[in-house]
Amino acid sequence: MKKELGIFVLLIVLCIIVSIINPNFLLAINLQNLARQIGAFGIFSIGLGLVIITGGIELSVGSMMALLGVLLSMMLTEWRFGVVLAVLACIAIAMVLGLGHGLLITRLNMQPFIVTLCGLLFYRGLARFITNDNTKGFGSVTGLDFLRFVANGNLLGIPMPFVLLILISVVTWVVLHRSVYGRYLFATGRNAEAARYAGIDTKQIVTLTYVISGALTAISGIIFAFYTNSVSPANHGNAYELYGIAAAVLGGCSLRGGEGSVVGVLIGTALLQVLRNLVNLLGIPSSLDFAVMGAVILIGVMADQIFTERRNRRQVALMRETSAR
Amino acid sequence: MTATAPILEMDGISKRFPGVVALDQVSLTVGTGEIVALIGENGAGKSTLMKILGGAISRDAGTVKINGEPIEIRSPREASALGIEFIHQELSVLDNLDIAANIFLRREPTKAGWLKLIDRKRIYREADELLRKLDVDVPSRTPLGQLSLAQQQLVEIARALGAGARIIIMDEPTSSLTLSETRRLLEIIKDLKAQNVSIIYISHRMHEVEEIADRAVVLRDGKNAGELTGNEITHERMVRMMVGRDLKDFFKGAAAGNGSHPELDGGFEVRRLRTLRYPDHKISFKVAKGEVLGFAGLVGAGRSEVARAIFGVDEAIEVEVVLNGQGLRIDDPQDAITHGIYLVPEDRRLTGLIVDFNVRENISLPNLESYSSAKIINRAKEMSAALEACKVINIKTPTPEMRAANLSGGNQQKVVLAKWLTFAPRVIIFDEPTRGIDVGAKSEIYELIRKLASEGVSVIVISSEMEEVLGISDRIAVMHEGRLTGILDRVQFSEEAVMRLATGTDGGHKEAQNGEKG
Repeated sequence: MKKELGIFVLLIVLCIIVSIINPNFLLAINLQNLARQIGAFGIFSIGLGLVIITGGIELSVGSMMALLGVLLSMMLTEWRFGVVLAVLACIAIAMVLGLGHGLLITRLNMQPFIVTLCGLLFYRGLARFITNDNTKGFGSVTGLDFLRFVANGNLLGIPMPFVLLILISVVTWVVLHRSVYGRYLFATGRNAEAARYAGIDTKQIVTLTYVISGALTAISGIIFAFYTNSVSPANHGNAYELYGIAAAVLGGCSLRGGEGSVVGVLIGTALLQVLRNLVNLLGIPSSLDFAVMGAVILIGVMADQIFTERRNRRQVALMRETSAR
Repeated sequence: MTATAPILEMDGISKRFPGVVALDQVSLTVGTGEIVALIGENGAGKSTLMKILGGAISRDAGTVKINGEPIEIRSPREASALGIEFIHQELSVLDNLDIAANIFLRREPTKAGWLKLIDRKRIYREADELLRKLDVDVPSRTPLGQLSLAQQQLVEIARALGAGARIIIMDEPTSSLTLSETRRLLEIIKDLKAQNVSIIYISHRMHEVEEIADRAVVLRDGKNAGELTGNEITHERMVRMMVGRDLKDFFKGAAAGNGSHPELDGGFEVRRLRTLRYPDHKISFKVAKGEVLGFAGLVGAGRSEVARAIFGVDEAIEVEVVLNGQGLRIDDPQDAITHGIYLVPEDRRLTGLIVDFNVRENISLPNLESYSSAKIINRAKEMSAALEACKVINIKTPTPEMRAANLSGGNQQKVVLAKWLTFAPRVIIFDEPTRGIDVGAKSEIYELIRKLASEGVSVIVISSEMEEVLGISDRIAVMHEGRLTGILDRVQFSEEAVMRLATGTDGGHKEAQNGEKG
């Protein structure tokens, strides 16, 4: 929890500074908009966080969203699928793609970076090909009210994507931090060999994680599709995986695996979206957008590293004391 | 040229590691163009002495002289500058580079002034020359990865020669070579001697030492145990000198020897095990209920491979495992664990534990399901089991929430054990259970091993420590280069008997007796 505390303090300080310089930050409409973004980005970031805890990486998130977005549009407008069927199909496709990644990584021992990089290229290409590079929308199809509500509506003033994110976070928090699967996930990410010696089916754990990440990507993807209301296959979701990775790393996930938390990813996502908001509100040239984010991530991770080392030193000191006694 | 002028004199060398005296007043002299074999059991101090000479570690006391000049060797680089080159047991060549690049690594001749471009023409020419000298018929542009292990070793020797070595230390150079490759290496070593290069040759293979050594220096328990020259260098005399002590008083009562004979009980049986590393040899043995079967042998004899294959971490080419008369199929560790077969592996920090996990999480890991309901871990249950384990086997930690990495070796090993003791084990395999553990924790672990046996568990203890294996076992299986060279009953126990089987002098008929040679 201490880890998350540091980044949480950074988030709060940032929010205070922004609201002092530009009080518009605190306007209900701005906060609502911010929460909506945090919700949509947070859901898939949690999936990415899980993958990173295995010691892997998932680079195909953005492309997968583009593919799922155009497929969703085509299912609803061209093939006249029912809404429920289309949504389920979207999630199922993403899970199958995740399963594919997981199997290639665990059964063929391929590197996650390469497998998912190929996914990034492949799904984007596929999305553009099946649409002839045409932007897809949802036209005049009726019965989409619920999906539009999920993406753009509010529940008691709270944006729906944010509500969904909280629900999903609670579930993944329990799974990651309280369940057997979560413990196995950390064990596998920390030291796959030792986990195997302890009788854990590490291949199954890793594969399952990519499937979960796929499902969460699909949920985010559906929200984004209705949030933008049109899916341009060449640009939709571009570089979103990097937002997810950045959020996870900011939130304390180690790319070496075995480390991370749901709360951390949530705070990381929030911090990133506040930064984007800040660039807008403070009149910083939007071309500096990425530079600001890069700098803040660097500082955040650096500070975290320093804290971790301090904590380890304290434990060693405690141990010495005990053995001296 | 005779071997009279000592190029190297090491005198009164002592080295203490936390808890152990690794070297105690050890001396070693090497003449110019002399081949000196440095022999002794595992842990006798050979490697420590050579690491001091190679500059990898510092000595606590003693002097090192080269050509009569007292010198300090503070790093491998300084050793190299003095003409001392170390050829390690594990090759230290880079297989992503070509031969010439390896030979000239860190001393590349350059051209074009400050640009420091590598003088490629020169390194290939000189490398080819060195290779020709060693009779290696491969162009120096060949990527190292394409060479056989034996050829790679010759490249290491070429590198040593290229660096102007006057003393070459070879640590078990033939351990991964075939017979004909070994012959060739020995010829090359003789050639080097003719060129006045001095060789310090570390080997467990007595017949090689007999063949090439001018002198054999024997270490035992970190002390000089004597030396043999010329015709005195015989297998028998070397083994006696290496063993050299009366061991009857060690482990008095440690081995309870419950008297049960393996054939009478069901117990655990492994038939015709062929490991990936030694596919040509079939290993068969039985461990009765309540019996401790020791596995002796030299490092690399294939004992850990046997353990890993049984536990299902490594694939076995062929194996039949029988527990209490029932044939088992073990494809992965989960299968082994299901049947009550557990492994306490050799490398605690890499495979035995997740060192970044705390003690509680490590202990509960293999048995997590039993502390959970509906897949959600019951932390109170988990904690009380961890506390219980800490108490029962005396794990010294302020709290089970302590990271395993911060515990001492002995306590880490107890955590590994605690993982399995929360189950009901039927077979436990210990691979080097007391390596790097202080004396107090050692005896506690011996007690635990005996206790498990007395509860009817079949126990296998792989150990390279002679007194340990003699003290703890009811019977001892001995391996040599992937072969099971014999199984000794308690009445046949002696260091010499084990050593003879472990060095492969006395294996043939024993194996025939055990049948099933591959």
